[in-house]
Amino acid sequence: MYEDTSLTGRRLRLRILRHNPQDPGSSPRFETFELDETDGMTLFIALNEVRATLDASLQFDFVCRAGICGSCGMLIDGRPGLACRTLTRDIGPEITLAPLPVFELIGDLSVDTGKWMRAMAERLETWVHAAGEPALDRLEARMDPDLAEQIYELDRCIECGCCVAGCGTARMRPDFVGAVGVNKLARFRLDPRDTRDDAAYYDLVGTEEGVFGCMTLLGCEDVCPKGLSLAAQLAFVRRRMALQGLRGGSR
Amino acid sequence: MKVVWTDVLVIGGGLAGLRTAVGAARHGLEVVVLSLVPAKRSHSAAAMGGMQASLANAVKGEGDNEDAHFEDTVRGSDWGADQRVVRMFVHTAPKAVRELAAWGVPWNRVRSGARDAVINGEHVTLTERAEAHGLITARDFGGTKKWRTAFVSDGTGHSMLYTVGDRAIAEGVAVHERTEALALVHDGRRCYGAIVRDLRSGELVAYVATATCIATGGYGRLYQVTTNAVINQGIGAAIALETGVVGLGNMEAVQFHPTCIVPAGILVTEGCRGDGGLLRDAAGHRFMPDYEPEKKELASRDVVSRRMEEHIRNGKAVQARHGAHLWLDITLLGPDHIHRRLREVYEICRYFLGIDPTKDWIPVRPAQHYSMGGIRTDLHGHSPHLRGLFACGEAACWDLHGFNRLGGNSVAETVVAGMIVGEAIADWCASAAADATVPVGLVREHHDRVRGELDALQGAAGGENPTALMAQMQRLMTDQVCVFRTGPTLQMAVEELTELLRRSRRLRVPRLPGANPALADAYRVQKMLRLALCVTVGALARTESRGAHFREDHPRRNDRDWLKRTLAFWPRPDGDEPALSYETLDVMAMELPPGWRGYGARDHIDHPDTESRRAQVDALRAQLAGADRHAIQSELMPFLEELPPALRGRNERLAEPIA
Ligand SMILES: Cc1cc2nc3c(=O)[nH]c(=O)nc-3n(C[C@H](O)[C@H](O)[C@H](O)COP(=O)(O)OP(=O)(O)OC[C@H]3O[C@@H](n4cnc5c(N)ncnc54)[C@H](O)[C@@H]3O)c2cc1C
Repeated sequence: MYEDTSLTGRRLRLRILRHNPQDPGSSPRFETFELDETDGMTLFIALNEVRATLDASLQFDFVCRAGICGSCGMLIDGRPGLACRTLTRDIGPEITLAPLPVFELIGDLSVDTGKWMRAMAERLETWVHAAGEPALDRLEARMDPDLAEQIYELDRCIECGCCVAGCGTARMRPDFVGAVGVNKLARFRLDPRDTRDDAAYYDLVGTEEGVFGCMTLLGCEDVCPKGLSLAAQLAFVRRRMALQGLRGGSR
Repeated sequence: MKVVWTDVLVIGGGLAGLRTAVGAARHGLEVVVLSLVPAKRSHSAAAMGGMQASLANAVKGEGDNEDAHFEDTVRGSDWGADQRVVRMFVHTAPKAVRELAAWGVPWNRVRSGARDAVINGEHVTLTERAEAHGLITARDFGGTKKWRTAFVSDGTGHSMLYTVGDRAIAEGVAVHERTEALALVHDGRRCYGAIVRDLRSGELVAYVATATCIATGGYGRLYQVTTNAVINQGIGAAIALETGVVGLGNMEAVQFHPTCIVPAGILVTEGCRGDGGLLRDAAGHRFMPDYEPEKKELASRDVVSRRMEEHIRNGKAVQARHGAHLWLDITLLGPDHIHRRLREVYEICRYFLGIDPTKDWIPVRPAQHYSMGGIRTDLHGHSPHLRGLFACGEAACWDLHGFNRLGGNSVAETVVAGMIVGEAIADWCASAAADATVPVGLVREHHDRVRGELDALQGAAGGENPTALMAQMQRLMTDQVCVFRTGPTLQMAVEELTELLRRSRRLRVPRLPGANPALADAYRVQKMLRLALCVTVGALARTESRGAHFREDHPRRNDRDWLKRTLAFWPRPDGDEPALSYETLDVMAMELPPGWRGYGARDHIDHPDTESRRAQVDALRAQLAGADRHAIQSELMPFLEELPPALRGRNERLAEPIA
């Protein structure tokens, strides 16, 4: 990053919910850090500056810092979002930051989305269940170009956890698969390479922890940083699963 | 001392590490993958534009095959690559794309019939063949003769990493997230695993393994201005270096990508230019044809980056508050194309620049992007210096890319290398050579040493501050070890880095429970400074220009004196500089003898053997005229036996059916 030190003249106040579970002496509390806003400042820049100049112990997660990897989900003024691509000029001057709820807290703004997502992937088996091993030397199986684009549309989820943090059900039922999980199932159901049928999916999500727990509050779609059509996927999968339920549910 | 035992330890959960892990796991080995972050957040996820493989499905890829991919890659490398590795790679890449297709990557597909495209600034109509409908399509990328880059919109790395990541979960591969390898356990001849820090609790754990594979990606964060993720600090390469016996190859070969947005340094993909985008200067003039009449915007990255910096020096840049930049214009591609094929680019422009790339030009300038150098290995990813240690992906130098990597060849490399190295690891684990009783005392010795080093960094205030040292190193690398290099500035850089390294021995951070991010900064900057010195000392010693390494005081490629690979070692832990040695590249064994790349400068100094090897090659080709291309190739430079048997078969194409 090129240094861009021109000041906007605003003084930012970052109120950060802090807690280090590894430290027996720590308890959750808000701490406020003040810094000068620079032009084009993002929360990525601001938080790194706080750590470099004000408090070296502050914990947060950034990886790509380009809105691609989904590491930096947090509550920004109460709303789940990606910190790296949030420009401070769009918010503030007082900005409240807190870790995403539902996920296990690692420290301060850092939460364990990885563990949650792995458990979800294992439970829903979020991979193509193919009929056999591919013949690598042969022409690949054909796919309709539009279908490939539709699958990618659902494949764009970055597992940032914002939808889970924005979900009323997930806050009450820790084992709810969330919009992220339902979207994955919709993705694999659309994919002709996956041999699972509705009965197989019903085994996975035909429960209250699965699609039937969703209260259709649709907090998820509002906060999805990739703009995925989560409401439509939820409705679709629920309809399929309800039909499957009528047909006798699981196999 | 807490110890985790496993057959295979893979350090790194990006594309390379995960594919290697799947390969080894399929042989029934127990595999543990370590990653700083959840595996799917590895930097592979940020790859946008695509993956090269000569499928020849798209009409502009017709006639493509391994031979064309081979030539493009060797020319791209400026003849620095190991040509046998290039052959192994181009042969396996189509299999890798097809495997990923079967595993679920939603590759964009050929749609038969006429479609609009932009080529060389003009709208043209391309007619895709009916027989190719539904097969994997390709886009154009720099330095390639054919349209060869398979893609998933501009989220290729994301789709690949999620697919391979989920495949690894399906195969039961354990991923220990939020862990960081800080040292290898070894006795100077054999590697036994690693000492690893748990980044949640701060605890040190010893991982003991029969085979250890480093797949930790690149080291772009040595630079201030880089497209790389903040975790790309090269710690994996550094811990190999710190064994004192493992050599790093060609560390001075650092790639600068032409189109990174100013000021954030975030990449916009080469696919922008591949799909028809143009580079313009302050006056709006399209300047690349003036410099590179043949390949224009689509010469190799080293050439385009140099031409851009040259144009900026000639006073043609836009002078903005945070420095000079040029423009990338993709408006001519139209909103429909941008919203379907360049979606991440659109989002990045919107969020980080507040502009709409369907209407506005994008401010860009070259920035550090890729590490061609890395842990030196043999053709199978095994370190020749430390048995039981493997490396693959961007962290390694088996030497596919030489001094410049082609766009799209890296994600392809990660998966191909995983397919090859996973097998090599399984072979090693099954071999008698791998049998050894693990010296537990040695494990404890390494564990206690690392513990002592971390303890020494924490405590009383008053020492050096890691973030300050890190920032100084990064600024220095971007200012002095960048696109244009000269002897005197490199010499100065070496001196300043050495001073920073000495100061880094006096780092002090507070002692805190848990992750302690300041402690992590402190031990990382010590390691990064060693890597920065390997890059800079290597660049100073190499008095020629090759690929991305450009010396203004030695502007010609000099095959006579420099057709060799740099190896950097760190012989003494408390030493201040790497020791360099060189491996000669054998011209007489090359399938494609050195010559002009087809773009960029023409005035290289020949190697004395080039002439005779070219004559040999020409004679062989004449003698075998009319023979099958595979037969000719195997006469010139056999390679198939180096591949695992399952990967040796010929690749089917529409024009090359297999009965
Ligand atoms: C913005 C961008 C766009 C790109 N686009 C393309 C493209 O379109 N086509 C292309 O071919 N290439 C592209 N590349 C290059 C390509 O993405 C990378 O070279 C490739 O993905 C590297 O994969 P890898 O598996 O080697 O490493 P990474 O994906 O970087 O993975 C490294 C892994 O190592 C782990 N790790 C690191 N250090 C440690 C440690 N000490 N202990 C434990 N774990 C550790 C990390 O957590 C991570 O899991 C792009 C690169 C960038 C930066």
